Amino acid sequence: MIAVNKYWHVVNIGIQNTLTYRVNFLFRSVFGLIPLFATLSLWRAIFEGRQTSVAGHTLASMVSYYLVVTIVDALTAVNEDDWQIATDIKDGNISQFLLKPIDYLTYRLCLFGAGRLVYTAVAFLPVALFIVVQRNSFVLPATGAIWSWFLLSVAMTALLQFFLSYTMALLAFWVLEVSTFIFVVFAFEYIAGGHLFPLDILPPALLKFLYFTPFPYQLFFPVNIYLGRTTGVALYQGLCIQMFWVAAAYLLARFVWHKGITKYGAVGG
Amino acid sequence: MSREPRVECRGPTQSAPLDDLNPRSSALGRYVSIYAALLKNSVAREMGFKSNFLMWIVVELLWFALQVSFIVVIFQHTENIGDWTQWEVVLLIGASQFIQQIFQTFFLSNCTQLSELIRVGKLDFMLLLPINSRFIISLRQVDLGGLVNAGTALMVMVYAGKQLHLVPDAWQIAGFVFLTGAGILIHYSLMFLLASVSFWTVRAQGIVWGYYSLFNIARMPDAAFRGWFKAVFTFAIPMLLVSNVPVKLLVQRLSSPADILLLLGMSLACLAVSEVGWRFSVRHYTSASS
Repeated sequence: MIAVNKYWHVVNIGIQNTLTYRVNFLFRSVFGLIPLFATLSLWRAIFEGRQTSVAGHTLASMVSYYLVVTIVDALTAVNEDDWQIATDIKDGNISQFLLKPIDYLTYRLCLFGAGRLVYTAVAFLPVALFIVVQRNSFVLPATGAIWSWFLLSVAMTALLQFFLSYTMALLAFWVLEVSTFIFVVFAFEYIAGGHLFPLDILPPALLKFLYFTPFPYQLFFPVNIYLGRTTGVALYQGLCIQMFWVAAAYLLARFVWHKGITKYGAVGG
Repeated sequence: MSREPRVECRGPTQSAPLDDLNPRSSALGRYVSIYAALLKNSVAREMGFKSNFLMWIVVELLWFALQVSFIVVIFQHTENIGDWTQWEVVLLIGASQFIQQIFQTFFLSNCTQLSELIRVGKLDFMLLLPINSRFIISLRQVDLGGLVNAGTALMVMVYAGKQLHLVPDAWQIAGFVFLTGAGILIHYSLMFLLASVSFWTVRAQGIVWGYYSLFNIARMPDAAFRGWFKAVFTFAIPMLLVSNVPVKLLVQRLSSPADILLLLGMSLACLAVSEVGWRFSVRHYTSASS
């Protein structure tokens, strides 16, 4: 009980801290809609004057795809957390966490959750307005069951994103500049996670290969559940695999932390 | 993409090239020699972090490859986007990357650092220098990695041009270079204008970051857009002119010189607006620290 209380305070602090960034978040979400709109226009131009679908996608389902991506991204994307963790390590700030009865991973996870909460609240208005404008192409999940599977998958996506970013940020124990590493991984997440385009327009062999990596489970998988494109056995199988990746990422994060803390020299602390 | 400006590191301060500051040397010569000193400083600073320098080049390369592969995947499913064919779009992506990288080389980090200069009070020092303030603030650092990336972009352009069997004559190339300059001027003016907002709010970071999303539009073929979106990004924030017009010149798709004149006109207009914004901001500047 005390432990829950303790981390509940962290969430509170996190919310208050990120609230100072609300204008920043608003800019971010509004500016983010511009390239989204551009991508949608690009697909409109491609679908124009053709009767056939693109790898099973109609224009409406394509637009829905990008809109749901935007929502899932707002709920799960790691935004400043990895920079802050790296800075904490570089500046020796984590020394104080080593002395306190607080678990750094749980602490950061609480801050991450708080940050997503505030971001989603701020981004809600512009994104909702945008979706209303595009309402002709926007679909809601067909059944309540899909809703619950989708929410479960989004929660796992958030955890997966967080654990991987956390692990990347821990590289700061070994190297001075982690930002380049973070951007390299981010690039792969961006394309192989399905940010840029729905992965099922890729050649089937490539798609099959991607499903062996964690990337599709960082975005593409929950979006597909929402759109009703992953159902039945594939759904349950996918959820199990996603759970596996979350567990693996968690263990990796713990392991790297353990290695890093052994090496840590408390520079400047 | 939430890119933080790079850590600012002070390089060795060299003052040697400023020796010839006698009143008889021309103003232009003086600025050239100052710029040479700044350039020398930048090289020294970059070479202090060699592996970091190389890693940034890899990152940029990867993101560029990502853009190109997006187009390649799309063209697996379609013959054209509007009246643009696959290799024309690749040429466009290459050109827009080229423009963005040159802009990044000379201007980007200087613009993003303006808010930091204001926050720590270093701007006072810049304003007191016996030199045009906008010159020193806009150009004090050169990001050499950008030049390497611009080279890669150029190679992609040449490859795309080969696929299109383009044989541009000297006039086309000269025109392309000239129009590219106009495009860079637009990026610089708008970014500088946005950076000037940090005179009022320290957290201009979000705004400057927002400009990154505009780069995404510059690499899209203009045929994909119509209506108010096209109007806004042609006449207010001319992203759809920056790289589309130079590429259209290369592939000879400009039916009239109207687009060229529009690009040149808009670049001058953007510069004028940013100068007005800058002067207004400086006039209202009250030092942050001290």
